[in-house]
This record gives sequence, structure tokens and C-alpha cells, in this order.
Amino acid sequence: MVARRLADESVQPAAFAFTAENAKWAEWKIGLYPAGRQQSAVIPLLMRAQDQDGWVSRATIEAIADMLGMAYIRVLEVATFYTQFQLQPVGSRAHVQVCGTTPCMLRGAEGLIEVCKSKIHHEPHHLNDDGTLSWEEVECAGACVNAPMVAIFHDTFEDLTPDRLSEIIDAFQAGKADTVKPGPQIERLHSSAEGGRTTLLETPTAKREKFVPPAPPADAAPAAPAAPAAPQAPTTAGKPKDVSEESAPAIKGPAPQAKVSQAKAEGERKAADASAGADGEPNKAMRPAATGAESDASKVDGGKAPGKDKTAEPAEGGASTSTKKTRTIIAPKANPKEVNPVAEKGGAAPLFATPAGGADDLKLISGVGPVLEGRLNALGITKWSQVAGFSADDIAKVEEVLNFKGRVSRDNWLQQAEVLARGGEAEYIRVFGKKPR
Amino acid sequence: MLADKDRIFTNLYGQGDWTLEGARSRGAWVGTKEFIDAGRDWITNEVKASGLRGRGGAGFPTALKWTFMPKVNDGRPHYLLVNADESEPGTCKDRDILRHDPHHLVEGCLLAARAMDAHLAFIYVRGEFIRERQRLEAAVEQAYEAKLIGKDNIHGWDLDIIVHHGAGAYICGEETALMESLEGKKGQPRLKPPFPAGMGVYGNPTTVNNVESIAVVPEILRRSGAWFASIGRANNTGTKLMCVSGHVNKPATFEEAMGVTFEEIIEKHCGGIRGGWDNLLAVIPGGASVPCVPGEKIRNAVMDFDGLREVGSSLGTAAVIVMDKQTDIIKAIWRLSAFYKHESCGQCTPCREGTGWMMRVMERMVEGRAQKREIDMLFEVTKQIEGHTICALGDAAAWPIQGLIRNFRHVIEERIDQYTYSSTSDGAVPSIAAE
Repeated sequence: MVARRLADESVQPAAFAFTAENAKWAEWKIGLYPAGRQQSAVIPLLMRAQDQDGWVSRATIEAIADMLGMAYIRVLEVATFYTQFQLQPVGSRAHVQVCGTTPCMLRGAEGLIEVCKSKIHHEPHHLNDDGTLSWEEVECAGACVNAPMVAIFHDTFEDLTPDRLSEIIDAFQAGKADTVKPGPQIERLHSSAEGGRTTLLETPTAKREKFVPPAPPADAAPAAPAAPAAPQAPTTAGKPKDVSEESAPAIKGPAPQAKVSQAKAEGERKAADASAGADGEPNKAMRPAATGAESDASKVDGGKAPGKDKTAEPAEGGASTSTKKTRTIIAPKANPKEVNPVAEKGGAAPLFATPAGGADDLKLISGVGPVLEGRLNALGITKWSQVAGFSADDIAKVEEVLNFKGRVSRDNWLQQAEVLARGGEAEYIRVFGKKPR
Repeated sequence: MLADKDRIFTNLYGQGDWTLEGARSRGAWVGTKEFIDAGRDWITNEVKASGLRGRGGAGFPTALKWTFMPKVNDGRPHYLLVNADESEPGTCKDRDILRHDPHHLVEGCLLAARAMDAHLAFIYVRGEFIRERQRLEAAVEQAYEAKLIGKDNIHGWDLDIIVHHGAGAYICGEETALMESLEGKKGQPRLKPPFPAGMGVYGNPTTVNNVESIAVVPEILRRSGAWFASIGRANNTGTKLMCVSGHVNKPATFEEAMGVTFEEIIEKHCGGIRGGWDNLLAVIPGGASVPCVPGEKIRNAVMDFDGLREVGSSLGTAAVIVMDKQTDIIKAIWRLSAFYKHESCGQCTPCREGTGWMMRVMERMVEGRAQKREIDMLFEVTKQIEGHTICALGDAAAWPIQGLIRNFRHVIEERIDQYTYSSTSDGAVPSIAAE
């Protein structure tokens, strides 16, 4: 396994937001998965965010955690576990991923890596001087018969020689990426043998020599789905039984004052060291505060803020999945377990009477993200005072609809809402000692 | 030699039209309703008669796996999960199915879902296959629009297909890690039991199949299981996509009958070994995680499950990596060790620590900077990792090294001798290893 960390605070953007198109796509994607299983969408959403910004920042992780109602640490785990997520800024024109695993190595991947070292940067994951290019060595990218190959963003460039890669990098650097044809760079049709395919020389037909349609079975109506034996309460099997304190969604991360920029901490430590006197004895009192912030800030490509403006491309073949919302998840009767009681009644029937007046920002309650807020609003809950006044019955009802058993009490919604209703954000800070979000 | 009319993937190279019309002109989606109407047991029995064994590497009989799903629905939904997380080094067969023959897979999903009473199928595509995933998503969308799948479709069996994807973790090809990843977590394998057929995705009965296993099902039903079983040897039936990479003159992916010899596929489809047969050093016949076979043993070996077991290896995914005599075999295997070190999920200690340890020892052996007794120690350590982990990644990391030591021990020893010899010549005896 590989140790992967978030980029230094000095390059982290303050906030992340999907573009309108991507936000719409994200909503569609989340809706595909069975009710209550929206966590499944975490990898697709992170990937879409990376397509948008070029890399995955701390703000991205937090924003997506809020969208999916996940604890920040769970999304951080995913982002650091899966190596396709770039945790630091990458070249704005090309991030060259060279496959270096044995099949590509046998056919000359080491030569490609040398090209990247000399043309881009001697270290992987570093930007070149203009901030336009970066490279890394990746493990098998799945184009072994077309080895050696590189992947640049969405496309692969196969059957390369060092000279050809050099030309391709130059084209990307010059902003002429569209002049390079993806796929094999030699005379060859995809994965067929060079110089002409050896199979599939006849034109295929729909005719089948031995096509024997099966006789319909004796018993009638075989295609009717078997009726479920008996209605059964939704299973919680396979759901994370995670109640550990550090991963409770209420705890979003270190308190704001602890989020000192590493670079800042480093600076303070140096200043303290300097003031400690001519004997060069470091200031021991200052040390502990700066512990863990020893990373060399100059190693990070400081100041090169991610300035990329890429929008995700629509799917090939004209069938853009980004805008289409042509389908809904199958019949509740087919999935009796996954039925959302609200959806079953034909949409979001309010369980509560919506109070008059403007709505409060329910997201200030720790544990409520944009998704949950939307659902609560659909139930008729718009005010902090309503949440504060939940009865045990109300809690049970709400949790069932939200499919988050134990969420309300675990995150202490009632007390939070009561405090917010009493004095808003200022009161919240006074009581809990941190800003609500 | 397989005739073109007996090939299943007729648009393997993308020479024709991949869309629904194109697929229909090649025979896809013909007779599907009759197969669905014939019922769950008929489909399973026909696949059983075909002798189809899983194409993802382990070779478990596909129909038998389907029968593990609960016969009576206890109220939980059943799921089909198609494993398109093709990451085994050397393997790139599913890629061509996804981008050029996606309708075979979509149709196969419907039929397999009928055979296991599932109404929801997930296809988990590896994250690096971006264009391939877009192609598959477009094909699924076409099938929805033509009412071939979805709710109230023309076949009378409701099926939704969700195309999901990963983000570059090899371990997610393991079926339980695949399910963890699909649920939005780190892809760390689960202990078995409970098996996926009892408790899989979201705690519901799930069957995980390889892309190729599912994509051949429609053609098996159209032409009968007996047709499929007539190709190849007993217990090793049917056709198989093979990918040959490395030191052959023309690397290629192609569909061939099981049971042809290694020499035949290389001569017929790949233009021979680079530098001729005398120049062949070793072959890894089934993707990176199977032991390598020396050149003289592989030439007449039969390319199927049993044939390769006879030469001390395995068919795996039929991804053949050829190495000629100019190859530094120790370095080639070291690179695989580096791969497994990179891809270990970190859950089990023997694998997390052992893969890094093996890689570092291999790194020294590439230079020759080692003791000869360390060869035995390395072998011993591979045995300590093998079989002591939750999933098979530990085994997969151990086997290439075992294959190397078993077959090429003399090469390692020569390298060590050479290092010692050349070091003393300039007066500095190296302090061998840090011990």
C-alpha cells in the first residue's frame, strides 16, 4: 500500500462547489442507488469533482461528505485509498500517467519514464515550471497488448516510442491536444495484430446455425417474478455499524483554530527558534505546537493554485448521461426491502405542518447536510424550533424516512436545534465553542 | 483453430458498429424473450450443459455459482454484480468487450439476472477505463430506450443496470472488496463466510461474475450449451479471449478455442516469438499472479485450465506475458512485486508488510546484492504469506517469486556471483545486505 496525504494547506482552496451541470449530474447519480445507499455514489462524485478541478482537495472531500451525509473521515479514507484520485494539483494541460508494470516495462516503459523526467520534472507528482504539465508512474492501466502506453486525462495513447511520447507531450504543452489521435500510435486497429487482424475476417451475420428456441415450460406464467414470501423489515446487514466517536458525523474535523496552516506553523517555529537566543537552542515551549508541521513548505508547489477550468465531457456516442434523467429505479414491489415509506405514498408527503415564515438554515445543525436538509424540508420541517421540539415519536418517524437510524440522537440534533432557535449562530458558538456548519 | 462463425465476440476490434443496430445485425438480442420465458432453471441448465467456467481467473463453474443464490426469495432483493474491474497485469480482454461489444454484456446481464431472480445489476468498471465506461453507459442507455431492459420492458423481466466505477485499486477485483467499494468504502476484502450469495451488496444475496462470463451467455443460449461444450476439451470447454503481450512480434487480443497449444496461438495470431523460439526465456500464461513457466516447457502446453496446471501454472485470465532471452527476468518479477506492494490494501499484516519486504529483497537481488542463503529465506517468506491472508492477493504476490526461484534459481545465483566478483576487482568487498 502507499501512504497518501492531502496536499499542504497552502495550496488547498477555501471551498468547493460543483458547476450547475455537474451538480445536476450528481443528483441524478445519487438517485440511481437504492434508497438509503447514497454512500455508493462517493467514488463517482469524487471522480466528477476531479474531472472538474483537476484534483481532490480537502474542501472537495468535505463538500461531498455533506452531500452524501457521510462523516468526513469516511470520504477522506476513500480519497486516500484509491490511487486514481490526485491529492495535489496536476498539470493544467496534461497529467501524463505512464504505465510501468511488467507488460509495459518489457516493451520499453522505462524509456517513456525517462522522457517524462527530462521533459516535465525529475520527480513524479510535481508540476513543471509553467504549471502546465505533471506526470506519474501508474500500475497496469489495462492496455497490455498495446504496450507501452500512457494515459492523459480521459484518453490513452498506446504503442508508443519515446520519440512519439515526446511529440505528444509537446502537442499538449502547446495546447494542441486535439491534433493527437488517441489509441494506438502505429498502424493497427485497436487490439488486433499489427499489419492486419488474424481473426474475424468474415462479415458477421445474425444467422445462427444451431439456433434452437427453447420450448415454453409446462407450468404457466413462468416469467412472473416470484412473490416475496412475507414482508420483512429493512435489513441493516452490511450497513456500517460505526458509532466510534471520531467518526460521528457531528464531528467534522479538528476545531478551526487547530487548522493552522502548516506553512504558518513552520514560520512561527522558525521565528521562535530565532528569538530563543544566540546559542541556537530551540524554544522548547514552542516545539510541541509545531510538531507535525515540519514538512518543507518549499517542496510543495506553493502558489500554483489550481486554475483549471475543465468541464466534464459528455459521454461518447452522443448519449450524454450528464443531463439525461430518463429512468427511475425499478418498481418498489421488486425491491420490497428498499422501499422508502415516503416515496411509496407517492412522493414526499409532509409528515409535519410547515410553519409560517421563512425557513431556517437547518444545515447549521451538525450532521445535516444539503441532502438531509432537502428531505427534512420535504417533510415540512423548516424551523430549528420544530427540530428542538421533536417527540420520541417524531424522531422515530423522521429517522425511518431518512433511513438513518440513531442519527438524530447520536448527533444531538435536539440540543443543537434548541440552542440555534434560542440565539442563532452566536449562541451556538457560546454553547458549543465552535462555529456551526 | 476456431472458425469465424464460431466466434462470440464478432466486433472485438471495433471494425463494425458497436451500437444497438450494429449489435442486432450481428445477432444480439435475438430470441432473448424466449429464453426469459423458458425460465430460471432452463437458463441455468443450459449454461451448466455448456461447461462454462468463470473467465475471471479462478475458473469456477458459472452455472454452479448461480445456483448458490437463494431458491426462494425471502424478501431481500437479489443482485447481479458484474466485475469489470479488470486490473490484472497482462489482461485487457474485458476492455474490448466494453468498448466494442457492449450489448453482449447488457443482454447477458438480463439473462443472468433472470437465472438468479435479480432485478438490479451493477457493472463495476475500473476507474481507468473512462472511454470504455462511457461506451457501456451509452449502450445501457440505448437498451433502456429500446425497452430491452428497465421496468416493463419487452422481455417481461424487469432489470435495472447501474454502471458504477472504481478509482484505481487493483484489490477491488476481489469480489468482496468489489462489494465494499460499491458500497462507497475502502476496497478491503471481507471474510467469507458469509458468502456473497447469502449476504453480498448491502447485505443482500449477490452473485459476482466476470464480464466475459456474462457476455458469452446470450450466445450459449442462442446456439445451445452443447455447441459451446463441443469446443475444447472436457472440463475446459468453449472459446476464450486471450491477450498476448510482451516479446512477441505482434501482440494482440483474439478469441480462440480452449485447448489449442501455446505454439499455435503464438504462430497463428502473434507473428511468432521475437528472435524465434530459441530466444524464448519464460512465459507468464495467465496474468501477473500465476507462476511463470520456462520456455522449453510452455511451447507444447495446452492453453486451458488443466493443460497449464500440468506445467505448474494456471490459465488465470489467459493473459499471456512472453519474455525473451534479452529480458532481465529478476527485474521483471521485481516489478510485479512492486505492483503487489503498491496494491496491497493494508488489511492483513502478512500481506501489508510481506509485499514490501519481498519487494525490497527482490530489489537487491536484481543487482545481485544479496546472499545465496537469502534465496531460500525469500522462498520461505513467500510461504508464510501464501494462505495467511483474507483474500488471494497475498498468494498472488507470492507465486511469481516462487515461480522465479523454482525455475530460475541459477540466474539469481549467477547475478550474486557476478556482483561479488566485480566488486572485489576494485578492491572494495561490499558489506552484503544490512545485517
